[in-house]
Amino acid sequence: MKVINIILLAIPFIVLLFGITLYNRSSPSLGGFPFFYWFQMLWIFLTALFTSIVYLNERRENGDKHVQ
Amino acid sequence: MKEGKMVISMYNDLDYILFFGLIGFAIVVGFLAVFWKRVASLENELEYGLAGRRFGTVIVWFLIGGDIYTAYTLIAVPGLEASAGGLAMFAVPYVVLVYPLVYIFMPKLWAVSKNKGYITAGDYVKDRFSSRFLALLVGLTGVVAEMPYIALQIVGIEVLLDSMKLPVELSLIVAFLFVAGFTLISGLRGPALTAIVKDVLIWAAVLTIIIVVPIKLGGFGTIFSDAKVAGLNLNISPALDAGYVTLAFGSALALFLYPHAFTGALSSKDANTIKKNSSLLPLYSVLLLFVTLLGVAAVAVLGMPFDGKHGAPASSFAFPYLIEHMFPSWFSSFAFAAVVIGSIVPSSIMALASANLITRNLYLEYINPKASSARQSVVTRIMVVVVILGALLFSFVPAASRQIIFLQTFGGAFVLQTLPAVFLSLYTRKLNKWSVGIGWFVSLVITVIMLVQMNLTVSFYKYFFEVYIGLIGLGINLLVVGLITLVMYLTKHVKEEGTIEEKDFEYSS
Repeated sequence: MKVINIILLAIPFIVLLFGITLYNRSSPSLGGFPFFYWFQMLWIFLTALFTSIVYLNERRENGDKHVQ
Repeated sequence: MKEGKMVISMYNDLDYILFFGLIGFAIVVGFLAVFWKRVASLENELEYGLAGRRFGTVIVWFLIGGDIYTAYTLIAVPGLEASAGGLAMFAVPYVVLVYPLVYIFMPKLWAVSKNKGYITAGDYVKDRFSSRFLALLVGLTGVVAEMPYIALQIVGIEVLLDSMKLPVELSLIVAFLFVAGFTLISGLRGPALTAIVKDVLIWAAVLTIIIVVPIKLGGFGTIFSDAKVAGLNLNISPALDAGYVTLAFGSALALFLYPHAFTGALSSKDANTIKKNSSLLPLYSVLLLFVTLLGVAAVAVLGMPFDGKHGAPASSFAFPYLIEHMFPSWFSSFAFAAVVIGSIVPSSIMALASANLITRNLYLEYINPKASSARQSVVTRIMVVVVILGALLFSFVPAASRQIIFLQTFGGAFVLQTLPAVFLSLYTRKLNKWSVGIGWFVSLVITVIMLVQMNLTVSFYKYFFEVYIGLIGLGINLLVVGLITLVMYLTKHVKEEGTIEEKDFEYSS
């Protein structure tokens, strides 16, 4: 697996696990949602996006070849 | 309380017809699934227990979604939010982080299972370590973790049956005999097809609720501030920061070690199906966030947290309370039927996955090594019924109905200890059965001791920064495995074991 793909898959872990003291807060709120709620919701979409990018990267790199 | 604008549901005959009609429909679909995608006879373990490894992206999406987002999700998560506040949000990072892990581990496991004909995690472990005993330990850990999870589904819907004034125990027995029936007949095809019915209903119910409730209550801003005024801690106490993230991470690592999720992934027709689903399954995480918000809304409506104190209802009533106070009775019947079906689908997959383990890693290895595939499928069918009946008995223990979300984390703590055998062994051949077996044993003992120290009420360890006990166990597990492996390496006792070659992990992209 390429370094860029590993980084993309690792980012959500770094942010959500080690960022807790930073995102465990109420403000700034967004659309009535406290920060704690909308920030974690945002990472549902970002993580899905990153995983999709990794998938597309791998498909492009490997073509029809066999991959590990 | 804002009693003015809401009416508590009173159920009439039409509501009951709707409720039973929807559940009956799902069960009929479960039985009819026996005819679905049939190319081979179901008198075959692979066809019966894994639907022939033939499911494409869409079905796998429904199947895995069907067994992760369950009645537990819809009752316990809003319940936890409505009693403990922001702590319940751990479910969001949990199901966010699980999918990158699936992307990393599961295609490899799928490939080796396809190439070598494995049906369970135990099958893989047996060949990887040349040890049918280690395979049995892994298999039994899975089954032991699965039992309270099935019971959780059953307990989860008790409060709904109660709300609808139905005889709870009788209804549960009848419902789960039908579940046992269609699983017995259809194998994995049963819950896979029923999962589609389940998801259509649950998405319809949850989307309706998440749109209507804020409109009635004056928007999310008002809901959050009302809940806060009512005494709900919307964030988590900073002392629980470490507990929060370790619980999320530990649960994410554990999820695909559970037999049901593992089985769902293995039923894919190719490795890409799993990879695509790693990007598509997070859609369900949005659903999970929505149901967490329902817990906040329930507190806003009640005017106090659902902590069972000072006359407040217990946490599991948060979801039915909100629905019954905000919607007409026909909608409550509809939503409750969706949740009941949401307990049927995962129970069926969990029972089947447990039965597969018992057949493959206990019966086939220790009782009847010459059993044909047809014979195995018969044993699996019998075990499906045994497991469901066992879970029914389990769920009638009164203490189990309280704090139901913790039962799941206990199971998770145990199943997490199989990680070195199942996931780590994909990447190194230096591990051997002794290091992994001893690591499993030591960590399991320590996990049990820690859970008992915490009086079996919380899964955070107060003597170590409130860290999730399962993850402490895994840390000790990995330490033991690492130390023993190092000693064996230094004393030149390391030899590569197992009958799996590197090429067995390959798959075409």
